[in-house]
Amino acid sequence: MSTESLQTAARAQGSILKRGLGLLGVAIRTEPRVFAAAVSGSAVYGIMTVGAAWAVGWATDHAILPAFRAGKVPVGATWTAGLLILGVALAKVMGIIGRRLLAGVMQFRLQSRYRRAVSERYLQLPLSWHRRHPTGQLLSNAGSDVDMTWQFIAPLPMSLGVLIMMVAALVSMVLTDPVLAIIGFLLFPAIIVLNTVYQRYASPRLAAAQEMRAGVAEIAHESFDGGLVVKTLGREDVETGRFAAAADRLRDANIAAGRARAFFDPALEAVPNLGVLVALLVGTSRVASGAIQPGQVVQVAYLITLLAFPLRAIGWVLGELPRSVVGYGRVKAVLDAQGDMEYGPRQAPEGGAADVRLDHVSFGYDGQAILRGIDLSLRPGSTVALVGPTGAGKSTLTSLLARLADPDGGVVRLDGTDLREFARGQIPAQVSLVPQQTFLFQDSIRDNIRLDRDADDEQVWAALRLAQAERFVKRLPAGLDTVIGERGATLSGGQRQRLALARALIRRPRLLILDDCTASVDPQVEAAILGGLRDAAGEGTLASTVLVVAYRKATIALADEVVYVEHGRVVDRGPHTELVERCQGYRDLITAYERDHEERDGELQEVGI
Amino acid sequence: MSTAVAERDDEVEDTGGLEAEDSAAAPAGYQLPEALDGGYAVLRRGVRLAPAFTKGLGFTLTLAVIATVGRVVIPLTVQQTLDHGILAKGGPDYGEVRTMVALSALAVLITAVSAYLMNYRLYTSSERGLAEVRTKAFRHVHDLSLLHQQAEQRGALVSRVTSDIDTVTVFIQQGGMQLFVAAAQVVVVTVVMAIFSWQLTILVWVCFVPMFLVMRKIQGRTGRAYRKVRRRYGKMLGEVSEALVGADVLRAYGIEDRTGRRIGAAVEGTRDSQVRTQRLIVVTFSMGELVAGLVNAAIVVVGVLLGVGGHLSAGDLAAMLFLVNLFISPVQFATEMLNEAQNAIAGWRRIVGLLEQPPDVVDPGSAGVAPPEGPLGVGFEEVVFAYPGGAPVLHSLTTQISPRTRVAVVGETGSGKTTFAKLLTRLMDPSSGRIVLTSGDNQHGNGVPLKDVDFETLRSRMVMVPQDGFLFDMTVGDNVRYGKPGASDAEVRRAFEDLSLTDWLDGLPEGLNTRVGQRGESLSAGERQLVALARAYIADPDLLVLDEATSAVDPATEVRITRALDGLTRGRTSIAIAHRLSTAEAADEVFVFDAGQIVERGPHRDLVGAGGVYSGLYESWARQQSS
Repeated sequence: MSTESLQTAARAQGSILKRGLGLLGVAIRTEPRVFAAAVSGSAVYGIMTVGAAWAVGWATDHAILPAFRAGKVPVGATWTAGLLILGVALAKVMGIIGRRLLAGVMQFRLQSRYRRAVSERYLQLPLSWHRRHPTGQLLSNAGSDVDMTWQFIAPLPMSLGVLIMMVAALVSMVLTDPVLAIIGFLLFPAIIVLNTVYQRYASPRLAAAQEMRAGVAEIAHESFDGGLVVKTLGREDVETGRFAAAADRLRDANIAAGRARAFFDPALEAVPNLGVLVALLVGTSRVASGAIQPGQVVQVAYLITLLAFPLRAIGWVLGELPRSVVGYGRVKAVLDAQGDMEYGPRQAPEGGAADVRLDHVSFGYDGQAILRGIDLSLRPGSTVALVGPTGAGKSTLTSLLARLADPDGGVVRLDGTDLREFARGQIPAQVSLVPQQTFLFQDSIRDNIRLDRDADDEQVWAALRLAQAERFVKRLPAGLDTVIGERGATLSGGQRQRLALARALIRRPRLLILDDCTASVDPQVEAAILGGLRDAAGEGTLASTVLVVAYRKATIALADEVVYVEHGRVVDRGPHTELVERCQGYRDLITAYERDHEERDGELQEVGI
Repeated sequence: MSTAVAERDDEVEDTGGLEAEDSAAAPAGYQLPEALDGGYAVLRRGVRLAPAFTKGLGFTLTLAVIATVGRVVIPLTVQQTLDHGILAKGGPDYGEVRTMVALSALAVLITAVSAYLMNYRLYTSSERGLAEVRTKAFRHVHDLSLLHQQAEQRGALVSRVTSDIDTVTVFIQQGGMQLFVAAAQVVVVTVVMAIFSWQLTILVWVCFVPMFLVMRKIQGRTGRAYRKVRRRYGKMLGEVSEALVGADVLRAYGIEDRTGRRIGAAVEGTRDSQVRTQRLIVVTFSMGELVAGLVNAAIVVVGVLLGVGGHLSAGDLAAMLFLVNLFISPVQFATEMLNEAQNAIAGWRRIVGLLEQPPDVVDPGSAGVAPPEGPLGVGFEEVVFAYPGGAPVLHSLTTQISPRTRVAVVGETGSGKTTFAKLLTRLMDPSSGRIVLTSGDNQHGNGVPLKDVDFETLRSRMVMVPQDGFLFDMTVGDNVRYGKPGASDAEVRRAFEDLSLTDWLDGLPEGLNTRVGQRGESLSAGERQLVALARAYIADPDLLVLDEATSAVDPATEVRITRALDGLTRGRTSIAIAHRLSTAEAADEVFVFDAGQIVERGPHRDLVGAGGVYSGLYESWARQQSS
């Protein structure tokens, strides 16, 4: 760690209180009315707490003592006393309802607002950002970090409302005896010192704990995500060990942070008690010197006890603050994350197949070039097959065409317009990408296919038909209403791919990109799909330029042209027959099965079968 | 009467909402359970999950008692100091004050130290217990079958091992354990009050008993409300995680707004359920406060009446007014804690429910039988499989795979191929019938039932490579090492060499040290499959099942791998599910699946001209290759 970052860390730590107050400001500005009402409720509660003691006092003076003195019941005063106590209790209850309910409302509203804001960011941040951040950690940011941030709201109105109690106690203390009042005032620096010590100790530990909490979620999410791999390789023990280590780190961090809290709370209670004792000692000598009356000492001692309650209430908030500041820091990191895609003002043109052009496009991850100076054009309405060995950059190329990422160099154009000039949502309106790996939402088949479109069932069925999925969906007991899991639990890989295809087709894209998305589909079914696409284009119901990443010759045969890529470069392009003739790499790739077949036949003949 | 009606309405509405949520969260009509019996039974079962919870609890409770006594004693000694020291007849008594102050200071110190130790011990034991439970729950998710694992969104599963468990932390650490102390205080104060005035003591209880009864009722509702909160919280994390895992699709289809709305609805649903729960809590708490006021008023009024009647002295009444507060405050504290307990119980239900869900594919563990040494054969005996509530996917399948054979499994999608592979590797158990492992000289009938083989042995002997090539967020080398922990870099490299994949490996920016990103997404789907294959290969199983393990790999590479595997799997049993029928051509035997049954079997050359299902499949494949 550099000196600079150490200094930053130190500065950050020193300003917990300041940042906590900033957070408080944010909360009040966001929910000013709820806050004001909650604090008022708390003030009523505070006043009525004092009022309750006063009511019992009144009852003692006006009902109890006269009754015992006179030996008969002072009916009026007794009933008044009873009703007075009850009335104060009622007012106190109103205060409690206002304070607690509204504090809850405020806390939950803030949490929900920030959770939405965080997930909104997740939806906007680029995919490159997503790849760098473990899903479990992001879940933790939206879940427990947001929870933590606004946890201090719950006790907040209480501690502010009872400030009235505190002020009242301090004023009466000064009026009673200014010298003894000093002891009362000294409680504040004592609490501040205590709190500073607590925060110094607790903050880094709480930050660590929150980090560990995210670590636990991270491992859990990844491990459950890869559950099948864990099972097939029998690595449950290894995974459990990995998780247990994270859970133990969280445990130790929580215990370390808890230790601070374990100390802070009793200390907070002890300080005013000690204050009372000091007041008694000092008070006795002042009584002895004749400066004050014994009754004044009693009064001050009582007032300090009264002071203890608001001090504790403030302490609760102070105790929560470090957690909140830590949580907010983590939430803020997401909210402030940079790298959003920028959009221009252009709208998508109406219908018709797209004209696609890549000018000198290059792209890389972590300094490693994946695409190097790609020049490519797709004529409107043409079908182009993109062929190349595994790892050649085909999928990356398709993701640039759908603007899932922007090129590092060069330009991708749709009808002559740089993709970056289109307004938000305008590229998905024209381009549909069916990725290699199918992802289905935990939702009905209908909604998985129409997504945000207002498509009627007829249109959904038409898309399913074209994707050769109609037959199996019809056989499902709930048909279009069948809910499929995140990973499409009970559907086969080929069935899921066909649903993903239908999802693209229903949008009638101007550019359709199929990234080897029929790999799990049977050959006949694939042939039927491709035949259907061609027919639809012929009938004019689907006016698309199609880019298809493929290895199967039948797929390639449907293409007007083949583009062969290797190591992120376009090596050759042209009709299949020409490429087979002149491009060695392409030939090797595309005729691999045939050659294998022939070789095997040869081997079999050699051994005489 | 009207309250009863209102309550019933609420109940109906409650279950209505519940059902709607359940059906939305259950993909295949299946969901992980929650423990449903009494709240305290759940809590007890939860605490029993880890001995760390109760270890040293006796001492912690002793400390709690000391701290509680201290809290009562300190104001009393202060009172004494005032009465006998400062207000002593004939002026303040210095010596008395000093002694009392010193004693009080000691009490304050002892109280603070005990409270600190108690808190610390509570943090320690609860965190230890929770870490244990967390790990147990995590392990249990892995022990459940795929069917159960897939019943919930990943995010919801994660919430079961994170936030649900955290609710218990909050309960324990905010004083859940002090509930006992509070209860004890109520009993002690009742006894003391009875000494002063049994009539007034009865009065106090008469006021509180109805409150306890009503509270019990409300507690049930609070519990249900908290359960809804937990469920919705899990659902909400599920929605967020879906948006994270499916980020590519969201972007490609521009449905951020739709997804944002869905997440928003889940977030607000959580918030609304939290606010509703808060309302119930506030009702309970303020009821306690109201009854406290009532009790004070009643004591004054009745006390005056009793006093005038000569049944009570003024001092006794004053003492009662003081004592009743010592009675009320633990009751209020307990009310708070019982509410918090409902939250913890709601979280616990999800954890206990998960842990008590018996794994439906059971590991026989140490009672397991070792399968025969050497290459394995497999026998299916009248095996039927159906998903719960669904039609059979496999119909009474009987077949035999001899050791050392290379079997290709072909058929349309949805014909039962993957189910066959999952049953064979015991990722699922058949609904009826049985599967046995056989060896070379023991091929018929009396092999070792697959169910009786312990998982450790089973997974080391047979490995399946699933289609989607999931990788962990580590380096390529570490992902391969996952198949054989402790393998050296040289061994890992050799795995790639054996599979003739060194060209690809050397093309990676940092070779074996290249990081693969979340779920391996920094690599293409085909590349992920290469790593997954190397991972299974290095595990060196006797029986290898490939479920379209090279479906996304280019033909030239695939042929190279298949050829390499041909050599390497000679002498082992291998079963490959494939769409590319080149695999079938190379196999010793082809199983042709159709609608959950094996309709043809035999070597490629026998089947290809037989005019059956396989002929059709092959013809269309060949046409695709040569067109």
